[in-house]
Amino acid sequence: MAVTRSQRPTPESAPHPSGDNRFRLLEAAMKKHQYRPDALIEVLHRAQELFGYLSTDLLLYIAHSLHLPPSRVYGVATFYHFFSMAPKGQHSCVVCLGTACYVRGSAAILAAAERHLGIKAGTTTPDGHISLETARCLGACGIAPTVVVDGTVTGHQTPEQVLIWIERLAQMVE
Amino acid sequence: MDLSELIEIAEHERASRRSIRIRCCTALGCQSAGALSLKQRLEEAATEVERQDIEVIGVGCMGLCGNGPLVMVDPDGVLYEHVRAADAPSIVAALDGGEATAPLGDPQHPFFTGQKRLVLEHSGIIDPERIESYIAAGGYQALYHVLHEMTPADVIDVITRSGLRGRGGAGYPTGLKWATVAKSHGNRKFVVCNADEGDPGAFMDRSIIESDPHKVLEGMAIAAYAVGADQGYVYVRAEYPLAIQRLQKAIAQARRLGVLGAQIFDAGFTFRVDIRVGAGAFVCGEETALMASIEGRRGQPRPRPPYPAESGLWGQPTLINNVETYANIAPIIRHGAEWFASIGTETSKGTKVFALTGKIRHTGLIEVPMGATLRQIVEEMGGVPDGHVKAVQTGGPSGGCIPATLLDTPVDYESVQRVGSIMGSGGMVVMDDATHMVDVAHFYMEFCKDESCGKCIPCRAGTAQMLHMLDVIRAGQATPADLEQLEQLCLMVKETSLCGLGQSAPNPVLSTLKYFRAEYEALLIHNAERATTEP
Repeated sequence: MAVTRSQRPTPESAPHPSGDNRFRLLEAAMKKHQYRPDALIEVLHRAQELFGYLSTDLLLYIAHSLHLPPSRVYGVATFYHFFSMAPKGQHSCVVCLGTACYVRGSAAILAAAERHLGIKAGTTTPDGHISLETARCLGACGIAPTVVVDGTVTGHQTPEQVLIWIERLAQMVE
Repeated sequence: MDLSELIEIAEHERASRRSIRIRCCTALGCQSAGALSLKQRLEEAATEVERQDIEVIGVGCMGLCGNGPLVMVDPDGVLYEHVRAADAPSIVAALDGGEATAPLGDPQHPFFTGQKRLVLEHSGIIDPERIESYIAAGGYQALYHVLHEMTPADVIDVITRSGLRGRGGAGYPTGLKWATVAKSHGNRKFVVCNADEGDPGAFMDRSIIESDPHKVLEGMAIAAYAVGADQGYVYVRAEYPLAIQRLQKAIAQARRLGVLGAQIFDAGFTFRVDIRVGAGAFVCGEETALMASIEGRRGQPRPRPPYPAESGLWGQPTLINNVETYANIAPIIRHGAEWFASIGTETSKGTKVFALTGKIRHTGLIEVPMGATLRQIVEEMGGVPDGHVKAVQTGGPSGGCIPATLLDTPVDYESVQRVGSIMGSGGMVVMDDATHMVDVAHFYMEFCKDESCGKCIPCRAGTAQMLHMLDVIRAGQATPADLEQLEQLCLMVKETSLCGLGQSAPNPVLSTLKYFRAEYEALLIHNAERATTEP
C-alpha cells in the first residue's frame, strides 16, 4: 500500500472526522511513538484498550497511519493471543490453565463454568454478557488454582466458588 | 547526581525509619488475597494508637505465596500468615502485649532457613515503589563504582570470573556473551531484558520485578556500560500488569534522579530503558522471536547464526539476558567475583530462584545455592502433604518430569539435564499420585501445539501429530507400535526444529516415557484384543 507523506494522519488536536473521541486518543498514542512501524504492537495494545477489540476497519486505519501494509498489521494482530478480532462480553471470567493450576484441578473449574454458561472457553454468551476465557499461567501459581473475574485475580478457587462468581456476574445489569 | 548525593539519600531514608516496621507483602499473590485493604487497615490501626515509632510499609514478595497475605513485624521478626484486614488492629495491639488474631508463621522453618538470598536479598524487605528504599539498601552504588572505577573490560572480566551463567534456562556463560557483544561492531548497541516468562508454573521473574525492579535496571545499566550500549528494552508479558506498572514507576524515578538517562553519575555514560509489552506468545521467550516482537513484527524465530550478539535488534549487536541474570550483577560487583564463585557447584555458580508449586504444603518462591538437592527443596523446604511425591516437573513445557527415585539429584545445569529434564527458568511443580503422567505429557504437548509459531514444519506439524498420538493413547486405542512411533517422532522433532520451542517440545513426553512407561503401556490395546478387532 503506497502511502505518501501528504497523507499523514490528522494532528491529535483536531477532532477525528468520525466524531469518535477514541480515535483522537489512539492518534495521540501513535504520535507518541512518532508513527514508527516498530511501535505496531504498542499501538495495537492501545487500540484494544480503547475499542475493546480490533475490527478490520480499525486495523486498516492503523496500517494507514503507520505506513504499513494491511497484511502486516493483520498478520501481527492475529499472531498474538492477546489481541481479539471479535467483541468481548461486558464481563469476563478467565480460568488459568497453567501447570500449577492444572495440577490443582483447574480443568474441573473450567468444565463447571462451561457447563453452567452453556458456552465453550474462548467464546461469549449469546447475550454478550459474559466471556469465558482461559489463560496460560498468570504467574500467581502460589495461590493456584486461580480465576480472574473482571480483571481481579482470585486464588484457591473451586468449581463451586467459580459458579458463585458467574452467578454474581450474571446478575449485574448494565 | 554523584556519590555523596546517593549516600545522602540513603542516610536520609535510613534516618527517617521508625523503630517498629510492619511489612505487608503487596506482590501479586498477596494482593489477590486482599493485601491492599489489609495494608490500609494496618496504617489506620497504627495511626489510631498514636504511636510515633510504628510505620507500615508495602514490600515485595516474602516467598510463602500460598499462605498470603503475609505480614512481618520488625525488629522482632514476627511473621503472620493468611492475614485478613480485620486482623490489622490486633496485630498493632500485639506490639503492646495483646494477642494477634492472625495465625503465626514460623520464620525458622526450613522453607526460610534453607534459603540463600542474593537475587531476592531485598525482596520482601524494601518498598519496590520507592527508589529511596532501594538506595538505602545500597542500591545504585555498584553502578557508580563501575562507571567511575572500572573499564568495560574490567566489568566483563569480573562477570566472567564469577562464573555466572544465564538464568533463562540454557545456562550460557554470561561473561562470554557480554564479551562477544562488546567485541561486535555496530552503529549502536542494545541491551534487552527478557521478562517474557512464559513457562506455565514459573513466576520468578514476575516476583523479582514486582519486588525489586531497580535491581534489574541497575544490572542492565552495568551491562550496557560493559558492552557499549545506550538503549535498553525490557520485554515483559502482558499477563503481568503489576510488574509492568512497578517497572514503569521505577524507570521514571531512576530517570528523575539521573541514574538512568543522559550523563549518568556525570560519567559520560548514557543509557535509556523502554518497556515493550508482549502480547501473549510463548515463543517470544526465544531470543530471535523476542527481537522480532520488539521490532513490531510477528514473534517468529530465525536461524542462528548470526547470533543477536552480532546482529540483533535492527541488525545491531544486542545483548539479551534474563531478569534473574541481571539481578545477579549488582551483588557480584559489590562483593566480587570470588565471593560469587564460592557459592554453588563446580560448573554452576551462585544461587537459583525457584517457583515451588503443585501438591506441596509451602508454595512460593525460594532461592537456594546451586547444587541443593531436589529432596531438600521439595521435602524439607516445601513439605509434602501426605509424604508421597510422584514426580517433580522442572523447566515447564521444555523440561521433563523427574521421578521421586531421583530426588537426590543436585540442582545444577548439568545434573538436571542428565536425568532428562532441564533447569529451565525455575518453575518446579510437585506432582502426587493424583496426576497421571500421560495427562501431563498431553497437557504440555497441547500447550506447545498452540504456541508453535508455525514457521518450521517439524514443530508445526510434529506437535500436532504428537498431540494426536497422545489422544489416541489416552483413548485406549493405541498399539505398542504407535508408542514406538511416538518416540521416534519425538526424536525427529527434537533434532530438526528451528528453535528451542520445537527442539524441547518432546521433552515432557520423552521423560515421562523414560520413567513412567508403565502408565503409557497400561493404556495400550492388549495384543490379543487387537488381533480380534483387526480385519
